[in-house]
Amino acid sequence: MIVKENPPLAIQPAAHRPLLAQAFAHPLFRPVAALAVLLLIDFLLIPGFFRLEIKDGHLYGSLVDIVNRAAPLMLAAIGMTLVIATRGIDISVGAVVALSGTVASMLIGGTMVMQDGVPVYVADTPMLVALAAAMGAALLCGLWNGALVAGLGLQPIVATLILMVAGRGLAQLLTDGQIVTVYYQPFFFLGSGYLLGLPFALFVVAAVFVVTALLLRHTALGLFIQAVGINPTAARLAGIRTAALIVFVYVFAAACAGMAGLMISSNVKSADANNAGLMLELDAILAVTLGGTSLAGGKFSLAGSIIGALIIQTLTYTIYSLGVPPEVNMVVKAVVVFLVCISQSDQFKSLWKRRAA
Amino acid sequence: MSAMMTRLQALPSRPSFTSMVTVVLLAAMLLVGGALYEGFLSLQVMLNLLIDNAFLLVIAIGMGFVILSGGIDLSVGAVLALATMISAWLLQVAHWPPVAVIATVLLLGAAFGGGMGAVIHYFRLQPFIVTLAGMFLARGLCYLISIESITIEDPLFVAMSQTQLPFFGGFISPGALIALAMLGFAVWLAHYSGFGRAVYAVGGNEQSAAMMGLDVGRTRILVYALSGFCAALAGVLFAFYMLSGYGLHAQGTELDAIAAVVIGGTLLSGGYGYILGALSGVLVLGTIQTLIAFDGTLSSWWTRIVIGGLLFVFCVVQRVMAFRVKSG
Repeated sequence: MIVKENPPLAIQPAAHRPLLAQAFAHPLFRPVAALAVLLLIDFLLIPGFFRLEIKDGHLYGSLVDIVNRAAPLMLAAIGMTLVIATRGIDISVGAVVALSGTVASMLIGGTMVMQDGVPVYVADTPMLVALAAAMGAALLCGLWNGALVAGLGLQPIVATLILMVAGRGLAQLLTDGQIVTVYYQPFFFLGSGYLLGLPFALFVVAAVFVVTALLLRHTALGLFIQAVGINPTAARLAGIRTAALIVFVYVFAAACAGMAGLMISSNVKSADANNAGLMLELDAILAVTLGGTSLAGGKFSLAGSIIGALIIQTLTYTIYSLGVPPEVNMVVKAVVVFLVCISQSDQFKSLWKRRAA
Repeated sequence: MSAMMTRLQALPSRPSFTSMVTVVLLAAMLLVGGALYEGFLSLQVMLNLLIDNAFLLVIAIGMGFVILSGGIDLSVGAVLALATMISAWLLQVAHWPPVAVIATVLLLGAAFGGGMGAVIHYFRLQPFIVTLAGMFLARGLCYLISIESITIEDPLFVAMSQTQLPFFGGFISPGALIALAMLGFAVWLAHYSGFGRAVYAVGGNEQSAAMMGLDVGRTRILVYALSGFCAALAGVLFAFYMLSGYGLHAQGTELDAIAAVVIGGTLLSGGYGYILGALSGVLVLGTIQTLIAFDGTLSSWWTRIVIGGLLFVFCVVQRVMAFRVKSG
């Protein structure tokens, strides 16, 4: 997925390099290594970390737990990757999560009906309609962001800041500030159901990932996104419809956030407009950065973002399991962001090279 | 007559137009409030606007400088919380004298901001991501000190919290006076000092500023240090106001501060705006909240929606103006 390689290593033809050096030079080396180190720490410090067992036909274990909990973040990170690849940023992800979860939960709601003496839960609106409405709301949010960025030419951070501030307010307006509880079994399948022994959420993430990866590789979309990210003006002059592309990217990110919102509210069987997806945008940006996508645009990796999301979730899990107060998590995340960003910067690389030479 | 017409027509294309719109908007909102609700236009309600938003005003001043220089600082709310936390801990646990506590907190805030500025400048990183990491760091550090809220019982802080200075029949808090003094100093700094001119130059065009011989790095680091200092000062004012230190204090304040600066007429692309705009922006936000509180039937989330809407309108006006300046 990454085309722009590190210049000093790209000069050597790949075939003449030893295998190890090739692995080191691979753009995904650093994120994978970071994840491996984290897992190694877990292996040494947490007994039974890698143990997997099958209970009632479901796969259980720490690893499944981590991947399952990382699902909404992975979705948000996939969307964020494309936005960042076009030099943009979307900080309204959390608000969209709250909005879509709220719409779905309010429409489904659910009431208990006694049928032949057996309580049966019935949805207020057919679930498919409710899900479609929630996704529709998310897509509208994306269109709004895209129109502000591409149409009005606002800086992406400011354009999405508007929705970030107002979106949560809108969601609270819908629910009247209350937490909406859902009583409808089929809706819970999305966030906590199992398919073939694995959490259903994983299949959703996998499907989104595969479709996005195919779209990027087998159509010119990936190339266009990269072109816009590297130089928007040049891309426009080369005949790419930059504006349409940017709108698409924001709509796509909002759709991913909307799905994440459905997943989160289905998992907790309710919608909390105030707290659902709070700070998710920051974690998504962090995941994308950890995965080797450059914030300067043009250089991006979908697989890297997925690994980045897994790193964040593993880190959280590790910190919880070790009995460290979970709040320390933020300090660790901050240090990680500083280190990753500094190590990505050209200034640091040239400093490093000078020392090596 | 015709000369006046052309002057009127030229008005919207003047860069200071949005700043004027804000002042008109503020006056209109106050008048509407006065017409709708009895007692809205009393002196004490106006003074309360200042008292309740003193900390936001100080933060917006720092944010104003950062945005003028073409950057953004997302860490201010977290630095504010950290400042309340450190003051509370130093006072209650370490039993430092209050003056030493305040001085230490202000210095730490400036150092924190300056550190972020240095990282932004020397590694050419985006201010957005660096200050985002700074936000995580500052909030996390709060929790390292204590997860619970720490109540402040120091006599000086309590006195600052309870003193009501008489002001033409109403009263004003020492915190609001400190904020106004900071505003006066900031206006002098921005418009009458070499540092202020350098900030405008860097925000307008960094390359030109460097070619003119301005020290871009020093300016940028000082700007973020100033913002960190303002956030810490706001933290001290917040500690006066709430008499506690807590890691969850002032969540989302960075967004309010950015909104206040934008509504106050500062261009987000940097290089253009008035520091005084921070005052009108903060007062507009405060008036919205007061209006909603006076109404009593509107819920608190309307504040967020209205602020989002205002932000949108002002961004659009800024863009339209920028187009006009370019084409005209």
